[in-house]
Amino acid sequence: MERSFGVQTNVDTARLNISTDVLAGSPDALAGSTGLQDEANQTIQSKIEATDVDFYYGSFHALNKVNIQVKPRNVTALIGPSGCGKSTFLRTLNRMNDLIDGAKVVGSIRIDGQDIYSPNIDVVGLRKRVGMVFQKPNPFPMSIYDNITYGPRLHGTTNRKQLDEIVERTLKGSALWDEVKDKLKQSAFALSGGQQQRLCIARVLAVEPDVILMDEPCSALDPNSTFRIEQLMEDLKARYTIVIVTHNMQQAARCSQQTGFFLRGELKEYGDTSQIFTNPVQKETEDYVSGRFG
Amino acid sequence: MTSLDKPTLSAYQIYRRVANLWMISLTCLATLLALGALLLVLSYVVKSGFSSLNLNIFTTDPTPPGSPGGGLRNAIAGTLLLIGMASVIGLPLGILGGIYQIESRGRFATTVRFFTDVLNSIPSIVIGLFVYVVVVVPTAQLHPGQAYSAFAGSIALGIIMIPTVMRTTEEILSLVPTALMEASLALGATRFRTMWSIVLPAARGGIITGVMLAMARIAGESAPLLFTSFGNNLFNLNPNKATAALPLSIYFGAISSYDYLHNQAEAGAIILILIIFTMSLLTRFALRNKALQGK
Repeated sequence: MERSFGVQTNVDTARLNISTDVLAGSPDALAGSTGLQDEANQTIQSKIEATDVDFYYGSFHALNKVNIQVKPRNVTALIGPSGCGKSTFLRTLNRMNDLIDGAKVVGSIRIDGQDIYSPNIDVVGLRKRVGMVFQKPNPFPMSIYDNITYGPRLHGTTNRKQLDEIVERTLKGSALWDEVKDKLKQSAFALSGGQQQRLCIARVLAVEPDVILMDEPCSALDPNSTFRIEQLMEDLKARYTIVIVTHNMQQAARCSQQTGFFLRGELKEYGDTSQIFTNPVQKETEDYVSGRFG
Repeated sequence: MTSLDKPTLSAYQIYRRVANLWMISLTCLATLLALGALLLVLSYVVKSGFSSLNLNIFTTDPTPPGSPGGGLRNAIAGTLLLIGMASVIGLPLGILGGIYQIESRGRFATTVRFFTDVLNSIPSIVIGLFVYVVVVVPTAQLHPGQAYSAFAGSIALGIIMIPTVMRTTEEILSLVPTALMEASLALGATRFRTMWSIVLPAARGGIITGVMLAMARIAGESAPLLFTSFGNNLFNLNPNKATAALPLSIYFGAISSYDYLHNQAEAGAIILILIIFTMSLLTRFALRNKALQGK
């Protein structure tokens, strides 16, 4: 089986057996993947588990042996100076980096215990489960309604009533409903930047993910919109696992429970947000969070 | 305290202002010259051809040489037929080729792009000759008595359309923000679905402009039709037969020795311009995106 996107997985006898089954076209392959699910249930305390992740853009070594365990229904913040690899790491979690020529991941990333770089993973299904909000609001050039229903339609929901329900539920979920309920048919571009970003969040909620990745979601927004998005994250973490990359350390301190500090492609320190900001172990972390560099 | 009076200018500041004025004048002049040429051509065509425009031109076919009267019905129908058939051949290839070049940035795509540019610079008469050799001659061998056809003409015109459409499609698609594509992919859309539902609609206006440019270009081509669709004095809509086209009728009318044919050629020129103008207007109108005039 040829893969352009090669991954060296850790030695794991169970999984190796499964992939051999798949290669051999064995009818047990399906049963094997159910076994994977059981395995997932046993290690449920961490939603995302990255083990020795290295990442390369061509010959550039962007991530070096990153190990992290992200807790479910929590906000995990990734901080660090520009170019430290935090966005790169975030984008390995829904395999958005697959799109880049010459990108290569080594190591294993498991979500609910499932290796997302295993050859029998369905990238479309993965991205449905792991939604992403980008740095700049990027609504589609369509109406507000169509922006939200794009995802559900993609995954097979065409019933008008169901779609209406999804639109109302997700817009309420992203605290945008009251502002747009009378203009759902209008272009999404008519909204302000902050509203557009909340629309993008609603769009992600509409495909019912369980992990939401946010790549500096507030860096293009004014303080008031930023505040609303932060409030929203607070509400969303009751149901979703959120990983947010941010340049704003106050934001990380305000909204996250865990914080990871990246520096030059390495995860320097990872722990409870209060500990990272008040009592960091590493000298570099202390320098960064106290504003001495970065 | 700062004074609101105009300060006295230094020599350098004066030089800057003069240079600025000079450059602005140059750009204005260039614009006027370009627009002037267009206006001159248009006014010449309208002035000389307008008096010959009448209903007969649209409803009757040419008379035998030397007997005044007749019209260009055959050529108008032939041109529309040729444009339509050439578009069926050229547009899918051009647009799909453009999409391919955007989606696959490998070495093969680069090679294709290079040869597309080569194809774009090949004189259209050479393409006509190519189709003559590849289509017309074999047709004549297989079906004696049949050689030239609207079909052959459309193939020649279709080939001419491909590079224009391909390059504009590619350029317009590359202008669609990656953020839009990423948003779609991150929702779990396939690359095909992303292209179809997000990227192509966003690029629609630009692609249509490219298509219209290509259509306008082939509508005015006469050289590649000389040995392919050949021309026909009779009304014909059968793609297997030789077919008239406006540029051919204009050409033969203009070089003939009869005044009434000169006038007909001038009227034909107006009609050709009108056809192209109406086509581009109609497409723009039909495909206008009312709700979403986004920024």
